[in-house]
Amino acid sequence: MRAIVNIYLKDGVLDPQGKAVHHALDSLGFSGVQSVRVGKQIVIELKAADRESAMRELEEMSEALLANTVIEDYNIEIEE
Amino acid sequence: MKKLNVSILQFPGTNCDYDTVYAFSRLGHNTSIVWHKEESLPENTELVVVPGGFSYGDYLRCGAIARFSPIMKVLREYAENGGMVLGICNGFQILTEAGLLPGALKRNDKLHFISRHQHLKVVSCKNAFLNRFKEGDIINIPIAHHDGNYYVDEETLSDMEQNAQILLRYCDEDGKEMNVNGSVRHIAGICNREKNVYGLMPHPERAMESILGSSDGERMLEGFRYE
Repeated sequence: MRAIVNIYLKDGVLDPQGKAVHHALDSLGFSGVQSVRVGKQIVIELKAADRESAMRELEEMSEALLANTVIEDYNIEIEE
Repeated sequence: MKKLNVSILQFPGTNCDYDTVYAFSRLGHNTSIVWHKEESLPENTELVVVPGGFSYGDYLRCGAIARFSPIMKVLREYAENGGMVLGICNGFQILTEAGLLPGALKRNDKLHFISRHQHLKVVSCKNAFLNRFKEGDIINIPIAHHDGNYYVDEETLSDMEQNAQILLRYCDEDGKEMNVNGSVRHIAGICNREKNVYGLMPHPERAMESILGSSDGERMLEGFRYE
């Protein structure tokens, strides 16, 4: 199965890249932009017995390596 | 003068290893470079330095992959047994990723790679690293980093301040604190609660001779000898 792990800086942790992109969008005239967060997307193909065990494993991966939970949050999507 | 056995770790992408060897040799210490695949440190190691560079190309996050090298398991045990560890720049990032130091280093707030001489204020000097300085001393050490924007949550930060774990802050030549890269409270260097693991973004090993702009790094690295 295929899983997508999305990683963003936590709310409350200033996102310098998001801020720069926001400025750039403003200067292009997209005046309605309220906020921008820049994150990472990691796409993983994996073999697992079922969705539940895949999710468990992906959470372990995220905690151990994919995200630095001091500054980042993550969410996991599994595609069938 | 006391001679120390200094072990300097080397990861794929480390590039300040030989500068660090030069700096500690210049101070008269014995140095050895330890490849990251090693599963032990040289016997009688008295100080481990995790030098600067771009371990694993900074992939994923700076220091995130290096943290899982075999030598890091050894380093953790060494530090937990009270061994002295110093992380410089990428070495600092590796130590925070490994959880040996609190907080994390984010992309600089203006997104630029900053490479220049920088004034720093000594905040706490009652430790093995900065004992050659007085509180409030202003020193000049080069910085060269893209991800030096130190972050730690407020609660941990106030604990660290109470425990004299904040070592250095960025400042101007008059000692007025200044924002360099977005770091919380202008922090440039910290240590752990037990005061045996040190990390800083500036490069003392590049400030060893006044002809190169500053010899404040010499005084800084000299500290370990007096512990």
